[in-house]
Amino acid sequence: MKQQKKPKETEARPVTPRRGFLNMLWWALGALAIAELIGLVVAFIRPGKKASQKEGYGGLVTCGPTSDFQVNTVTAFQRGHFYLARLKSGGFMALSRKCTHLGCTVIWDEKKSHFECPCHASAFNLAGDVISKPAPRALDYHRIIIENNIVKVDTGKRIKRQRFSDDQVTAV
Amino acid sequence: MEIKKPPSKTNLLISRIGLSITRNSEQAAKAGKKRKFLPGTLVFHFRPRRVPHAAARFTQTWGLGGIALVLVLLLFSTGLMLKLAYKPFPDMAYDSILTIQRDVHFGLWVRNIHHWSANFLAIVLFLHMQRVFFTGGFRHPRQFNWVVGLVLFLLVLASNFTGYLLPWDQLAYWAITISTGMLDYVPLFGGWLQTVIRGGPEIGPSSLLLFFAVHTAFLPMGIFLVMMFHFWRVRKAGGVVVPMMPATEEAQGASTPVFPDLLLKELVTALAAVAFVLIFSAMFNAPLEMKANPGLSPNPAKAPWFFIGMQEMLLHVHPFFAVLVIPLLMLGGLLALPYLNDASPAGGVWFYSAKGRRMGITSAVAAVIFSAAGILGDAFLFDLTNALPALPSVIVSGVLPIAVFSGVVAIFMIFLQRRYAADSNEMIQSIYIFVMTGYVVLTITCLWLRGVNMALAWPWG
Ligand code: HEM
Ligand code: HEM
Ligand code: FES
Repeated sequence: MKQQKKPKETEARPVTPRRGFLNMLWWALGALAIAELIGLVVAFIRPGKKASQKEGYGGLVTCGPTSDFQVNTVTAFQRGHFYLARLKSGGFMALSRKCTHLGCTVIWDEKKSHFECPCHASAFNLAGDVISKPAPRALDYHRIIIENNIVKVDTGKRIKRQRFSDDQVTAV
Repeated sequence: MEIKKPPSKTNLLISRIGLSITRNSEQAAKAGKKRKFLPGTLVFHFRPRRVPHAAARFTQTWGLGGIALVLVLLLFSTGLMLKLAYKPFPDMAYDSILTIQRDVHFGLWVRNIHHWSANFLAIVLFLHMQRVFFTGGFRHPRQFNWVVGLVLFLLVLASNFTGYLLPWDQLAYWAITISTGMLDYVPLFGGWLQTVIRGGPEIGPSSLLLFFAVHTAFLPMGIFLVMMFHFWRVRKAGGVVVPMMPATEEAQGASTPVFPDLLLKELVTALAAVAFVLIFSAMFNAPLEMKANPGLSPNPAKAPWFFIGMQEMLLHVHPFFAVLVIPLLMLGGLLALPYLNDASPAGGVWFYSAKGRRMGITSAVAAVIFSAAGILGDAFLFDLTNALPALPSVIVSGVLPIAVFSGVVAIFMIFLQRRYAADSNEMIQSIYIFVMTGYVVLTITCLWLRGVNMALAWPWG
């Protein structure tokens, strides 16, 4: 049975260039369909846009009048997941509380006057620069808007940086 | 002549239902042909009638595949029970676990069984993989089943990982934060992948819902399907791998009936495994710390134990290598294993050959010494970053130390090859043992020998 069948099959289906091309087209269409399906699933499970419009973290957080914040101090904003730091120059920086090593929450140590990560002992200075490893880069920061002397922080986007530079500071 | 009383209508109905279940047609029953339900049909879909003596010996497989199946079944059943009471929302999840533990009858026990089965399963699968490798069970015709097994392994790790977050306590929250944080170091698509897995920029409500859905629907279904395929391939390969038999008639005939001999052995193993897990779970509670607090990180924070080897690597080499290159190489190596060497038909013999066994022990010892030396050397001796500040860190903490370490290992392997005049299969086995032992050393170090600030410390100190 088997032996009879085999030559028949090859006879009935000579692979002409056209058939070869059409076969390939089928495969390509199949692959395209699968890719579309995967794209759909990924798009579905990807976080939607809604998150960035809400109040608190992910939206615009109002911190208060500039005069509330002393030079060389840090104020925590739990709701916005950031620290508002006022540098020596009097400028403001909104530092993400997320350690750049693996994402733990850094805490401000008043006495030592630096940020410390409890997880693996990274430390950062007032401007977010690394003063002790393993963290590979300075803390992320958020854009600050000062209107009528009121400080507002846009937490929708975290800005990454290697190290501190003056242009990251928002002057009053 | 005996006159049969016609059976009552009810009896007739019952016997018809019975016949329909056991797949006996009424005609066959009338003709006196009876098919036995259990041994006759169902079991022999999965098993042959007889297997070689060697295949039925406990020490041929250590029953590890069967124990893995038992654990998966325990996980499925306890998981479904937990699902009845668990609430996958950050403000409710932790409290629902407390409710399960306090107020649900046997709730604490059921949660413990789920927790311990999950952890034992990861260990048992690791051992099953070693059994398969060292008896040559991955060679032709079982090559592809090794790949299928690896897929199962990854699915089970994913289950363990997604389950880890569900209790929503400090341990869960920070372990998942840390391990998804590692993705930040993967170039190009790492950040994107991290956002997808977390369902947002941070671990939060959408992460929990996503993890819950994946943990209780997608992964169990995947595991079930792939597992069935795995079993089918074991059967198709003619059962488990056994040593090549001497060609004498007598020896070839030496076989054991599957029913009842082998099935009985398997039943005993399964019951012993179930009993062990149940008793263990009655004695030891699954950990539950304070409710997750995104503002308060613990010191130290560690990844779940099955990924902790990567965290240890991250302490020593550049992240690009620790979280991307080395794990991918290991996975690729495992996938390629069955296709690297199948020239030899030898299978079923532990450690391939007596020489292979001696070489294996040597490389295991060497792996312990080398990796311990590497960890201690990095901690106390050299500080390349300060010694060579001019070079980029990919070179100083990545390429350079890895090149030195691989060089030393290569020299050792060449020495081993010369010393034993080993063939390529024996060399591949030695390298495999070296890598596996090294990873175990990394895991143990990070799990038990690192304390506050991830500094080396004794677990009791
Ligand atoms: C291979 C299969 C599975 C593995 C490896 C696994 C693993 C885990 C792990 C490690 C946890 C965390 C437990 C803890 O430490 O508290 C967990 C929790 C949980 N799992 Fe699974 N699981 C599996 C299958 C399932 C299935 C099939 C379901 C339900 C359909 C399920 C439902 C749950 C639920 C509701 C929790 C939360 C309760 C708790 O954390 O105690 N699991 N799982
Ligand atoms: C849920 C996970 C798994 C289950 C339930 C399972 C179950 C089994 C069972 C029952 C057998 C028959 C022989 C024995 O008991 O050892 C077997 C054989 C086998 N398993 Fe698995 N296994 C799993 C995962 C894996 C993994 C992770 C690998 C390897 C990476 C693997 C590779 C193999 C191979 C190659 C065989 C055939 C070996 C032989 O014929 O001797 N399996 N498995
Ligand atoms: S996460 Fe901050 S030091 Fe590791």
